[in-house]
Amino acid sequence: MHVSDIEEKARRAREKRALYGTDVDLQSYESEAKPQNIVEKAEELPGIVKEAALDVGVKLDAESSGAYVQMDQTPVVAKSLYEGVEIMDIASALKKYDYLQDYWWKLVAPDADKYTADVATSPPAGYFIRAKKGMKTVFPVKSCLYLGSTNLNQRVHNVIIAEEGSELHVITGCTTPAHVQRGLHIGVSEFFIQKNARVSFTMVHSWGKEVEVRPRTGISIAEGGSLSNNYILLRPVKTIQTFPTATLAGRGAVASFNTVVYSTMGNIDIGSNVILNAPETSAESISRVVSVGGEVIARGRMTGRVPGARAHLECVGLLLSEKGRIYSIPELDGQSRDLDMSHEAAVGRISEEELEYLMARGLTTEEATSVIVRGFLDVEIKGLPEDLKQEIKNITQREDLKGS
Amino acid sequence: MWLLEIVDLSASIGNKQVLKNFNLKIGSGETHALFGPNGTGKTTLLNVIAGIPRYRVDGGRIVFKGKDITNMSMDERARLGIGMAFQRPPAIRGLRLKDLIRIINPKADVLAILKKMDFAAFAERDVNRGFSGGEVKRSEMVQLLAQQPDFVMLDEPDSGVDLENIKLIGDAINSLTQKDRRPSSRTKSGIIITHFGHILEYMKADRAHVMLGGSIVCSGNPGEILAQIKRSGYEGCAGCMCQT
Repeated sequence: MHVSDIEEKARRAREKRALYGTDVDLQSYESEAKPQNIVEKAEELPGIVKEAALDVGVKLDAESSGAYVQMDQTPVVAKSLYEGVEIMDIASALKKYDYLQDYWWKLVAPDADKYTADVATSPPAGYFIRAKKGMKTVFPVKSCLYLGSTNLNQRVHNVIIAEEGSELHVITGCTTPAHVQRGLHIGVSEFFIQKNARVSFTMVHSWGKEVEVRPRTGISIAEGGSLSNNYILLRPVKTIQTFPTATLAGRGAVASFNTVVYSTMGNIDIGSNVILNAPETSAESISRVVSVGGEVIARGRMTGRVPGARAHLECVGLLLSEKGRIYSIPELDGQSRDLDMSHEAAVGRISEEELEYLMARGLTTEEATSVIVRGFLDVEIKGLPEDLKQEIKNITQREDLKGS
Repeated sequence: MWLLEIVDLSASIGNKQVLKNFNLKIGSGETHALFGPNGTGKTTLLNVIAGIPRYRVDGGRIVFKGKDITNMSMDERARLGIGMAFQRPPAIRGLRLKDLIRIINPKADVLAILKKMDFAAFAERDVNRGFSGGEVKRSEMVQLLAQQPDFVMLDEPDSGVDLENIKLIGDAINSLTQKDRRPSSRTKSGIIITHFGHILEYMKADRAHVMLGGSIVCSGNPGEILAQIKRSGYEGCAGCMCQT
């Protein structure tokens, strides 16, 4: 699609409301951002950015295969430390590689809704990460999308290409510092996982109480490719709506989605959508939601289109307060014979029996509740390097995640 | 002084009264065994002493270390020194056994305790999740060894345990109740519910009681009482009218 066609389509969709989530008034946010200083390496970033990144599990000075940091609309660091991975800001990448036009807006439609339209009609900012053919990197690429100005509409458009036989791990932290009162983050992401490539993508969100978030993600996985997608949201947010869609396009492709949400307020509408479009594909989606306040809608949709596809959905929620709501919507859409698709969904409270058991060992009600909540959020994630696994565990096992 | 004194205790669950004017005294350093048919109130007694809120005390009192604990919360009782091995404990997702041991007692030597119960392979496993009947019992003993209660309550610690491991359980009980020490230096006490008395071949009990219909009907030497039950059933104990 030619650039002018993309913009034309997007312009027509500028008022188009999204299918899910509360409607955001884009006009109420600033669309122009002040440019930020570009730095040579991540270590030179301002302390406040490094701290915010750390809070979302992104240790910028620890071992990695590269980093991308965007402050507001400025890519301030885009640097690869490993020859197997290329990291650039997307605007530069689009200039450098003509072939990127074949990937640009291919998995997310520019006219999907007003948010994608808004990104498509703005100058591109975001990362381009390419895992080169056959190259396996164990250290994760670390990325941080930092919304540092109050009232800004931060727009991001990311592209990941994992070439044939490559292995890539990415951890992205999206965050606002405490002084940002209000803001909007729209992130379009398109991930291309090519033949026999393995990708893990871990995203940790930590926003402010008046921040609205609309990620738009499309993923395609070719023959023998695999994706482990992990999403963690533990901090307050005003509204968030995301429904990443993965298409298993080649034989034997595998996708697994793990979602961990601890909700205290706001409107959180999250989920995953997997289309199993090739033989011997399989998908799994596990979501664990704890609500001590706020509304959480946990969606999961699997569509099986060819014989032999296997899919499993698990949406489990712990509702610990009168003020909260967990609305679990697992959907299975079988469109072929010989499918194996299943789901389990449960919303409940902490079992009295488990509480009593821990209290009999001397834990107070609050301590026992907190231990059970943290255990509940401790999702076993396969296919991640040990360090990254530990990092996720550290985040989900924070002491401040309590029962009320 | 008695470590535990239960006076005229009546308790119910739902609308069903289970304990009726129950009386029992356990001294420091003593371990008692409790026999009786199913549904006679043995587990209820332990749960009421532990303070599980589902059970309602309708009358009488429980005194532990000289304090009336009848209305004390479960966790306060645990911190005061009461420990219990559950008969059918729940599994706790995401809580690793070794982490629970540390939570129970931050100073505990986790590995030594696990090894003592030949249970080191379960350190990283979620507590009781997917454990067999016998493994659950060892998990309970591991937790109690970390907790080191002054008064330990064991609800059928031998059920589902194979012969190889029953000795391990017996040794752990002896250690918890300090039967590995000279009698005069023992301060820890316990009560154990057992159906068949197998476990008594591997641990030492000082006294035994038979419960029927929510009260104790007979008390005495554990070996003699067990022999009596084997000879003429629990009903025979009812007729013996030994005083508690």
